[in-house]
Amino acid sequence: MLELLNLSFRVAVDGKEKEIIKNVDLTVPDDKLIVVTGPNGGGKSTLAKLIAGIERSTSGRIIFKGEDITELGITERAKRGIAFAFQQPVKFKGIQVVDLLRIASGKELNASEACEFLSAVGLCARDYIGREINASLSGGELKRIEIATVLARGASLSIFDEPEAGIDLWSFRNLIEVFEQMRRGSKGGSIIIISHQERILNIADEIVVIKNGEILRRGPKDEVLPTLIGTSSAVVGCRKADAEGGEAIC
Amino acid sequence: MLKLDEIQKRLLAEVADLHAVPEGAYNIRSNSHAAGRQSTANIEITPKSDVPGIDIRIKPGTKNESVHIPVVLTESGLKEVVYNDFYIGEGADVVIVAGCGIDNCGNQDSQHDGVHRFFVGKNARIRYVEKHYGSGSGSGKRILNPGTEVYQDEGSIVEMEMVQIKGVDDTERTTSAELAAGAKLIVRERLMTHDDQRAISTYVVSLNGEGSSADVVSRSVAKDKSFQKFDAKIVGNAPCHGHTECDSIIMDGGRILAVPGLEANDLDAELVHEAAIGKIAGEQLVKLMTLGLTEQQAEEQIINGFLK
Ligand SMILES: Nc1ncnc2c1ncn2[C@@H]1O[C@H](COP(=O)(O)OP(=O)(O)O)[C@@H](O)[C@H]1O
Ligand SMILES: [Mg+2]
Repeated sequence: MLELLNLSFRVAVDGKEKEIIKNVDLTVPDDKLIVVTGPNGGGKSTLAKLIAGIERSTSGRIIFKGEDITELGITERAKRGIAFAFQQPVKFKGIQVVDLLRIASGKELNASEACEFLSAVGLCARDYIGREINASLSGGELKRIEIATVLARGASLSIFDEPEAGIDLWSFRNLIEVFEQMRRGSKGGSIIIISHQERILNIADEIVVIKNGEILRRGPKDEVLPTLIGTSSAVVGCRKADAEGGEAIC
Repeated sequence: MLKLDEIQKRLLAEVADLHAVPEGAYNIRSNSHAAGRQSTANIEITPKSDVPGIDIRIKPGTKNESVHIPVVLTESGLKEVVYNDFYIGEGADVVIVAGCGIDNCGNQDSQHDGVHRFFVGKNARIRYVEKHYGSGSGSGKRILNPGTEVYQDEGSIVEMEMVQIKGVDDTERTTSAELAAGAKLIVRERLMTHDDQRAISTYVVSLNGEGSSADVVSRSVAKDKSFQKFDAKIVGNAPCHGHTECDSIIMDGGRILAVPGLEANDLDAELVHEAAIGKIAGEQLVKLMTLGLTEQQAEEQIINGFLK
């Protein structure tokens, strides 16, 4: 379980203080899927970075599995079971897909284990395992690898920041299947997905709407989703790709 | 292997991946003496009579054979200049593994200057691998100054892989190449310097024949207070393609000077130079840390990948 208590993040911009996250209180229960939505620039990614330790909160506490992790660094939080798929995947030079999966899983992976994570995101292991994680991969490929890396973590809290962005060929059906499998998975754990997509909002246990750094609304999916339909916080997209069925990149 | 102690064997493993007597032709030089030499039916190795060094003659058409010519120095204060000439016959296709390891436990400088000349026949192909490695806790420096001259006849292909990752205090590498029509040169240099080390690498590649091409790529990391200079010049004297690239990471107080040099003396010479120097991208560190690595482990992974 993750608890954010009165969490704030202020930065100085041109000498003026700007509050990007304002007094956020949020509980993410075990084995629940929370979808965070809200307008661009509202602070969703920042909130995810505060949880992962990439940005440090300026006040408030973060409690994870009963432990106060507010003062812990990125590595320590990762080791305690927090995984984070970036909105913009990072590129490297020389580091291969298999290297990243190995680091993520924390052990020597054999080919079939690595294959499992890659095929879950619709990539043929044979073609991708030895690929370098650099600009030779498309945005969609990088995004899928980013998701596969988080799957390989097997973490107790997995955060995905706009996982559907840039994934054009691969249908939502497959992406959603990945999240549902994670939720059903034997390991349990909670999932936070930042997304505007109605199809993803639809599989949420709870929806949180963030605007101007504050929680505008939160509650069970059935209560919150109807209020969002037709707004930019619940976009109906990729019908075409969906109709064509999932296409794996092979 | 004959007449080699444990340190010498360890150096051989580092620079030439040799754990036993190699297959094929070889010449192992240890503390200025030949510790072992073998020719084969197609590859003849003979010592020079006027200066230290050897001549390696590879018969035309020789395929799938290799030559190992590692050098190890373990006596502190040893300074040597060695001349090795390779004559590669027409149409041959061979792998040449050189490499030099210095272990210096004493307080005098140890130095090996290897001058290698390659005369590559028509349509011949070689892959040349050269690793440098230094170890030993003495205050004496480990110095390696390789000089390489490559003369490529028509249609020949030379691939050079130069690696210096650890322990060499001072290096001045000069490489020159002259390419006839249709010849191709590919250089991959990987370099890491640390502490007070200094490494200078200078290339002059002359593309003299029509359709010749060169691709010289250096990836390097300068740590601590080390200094590197990468000076790569390509001269296009005919319709040709030339590309040099220097991609470097600086850490701590490391310094790197990249000197691009392109000279086009023919209207159809196409020459490109790329250079990028910078510290490790913060987002790369952050990404690996979110996977559970410490900052230091993340740094190691990034450097290892970069130099792979
Ligand atoms: N470290 C920072 N310094 C200054 N401004 C920031 C910083 N981090 C985020 N912001 C700003 O905070 C706002 C929220 O950004 P973000 O969390 O990326 O929003 P979202 O993910 O909801 O689109 C944006 O206006 C962004 O520019
Ligand atoms: Mg965002």
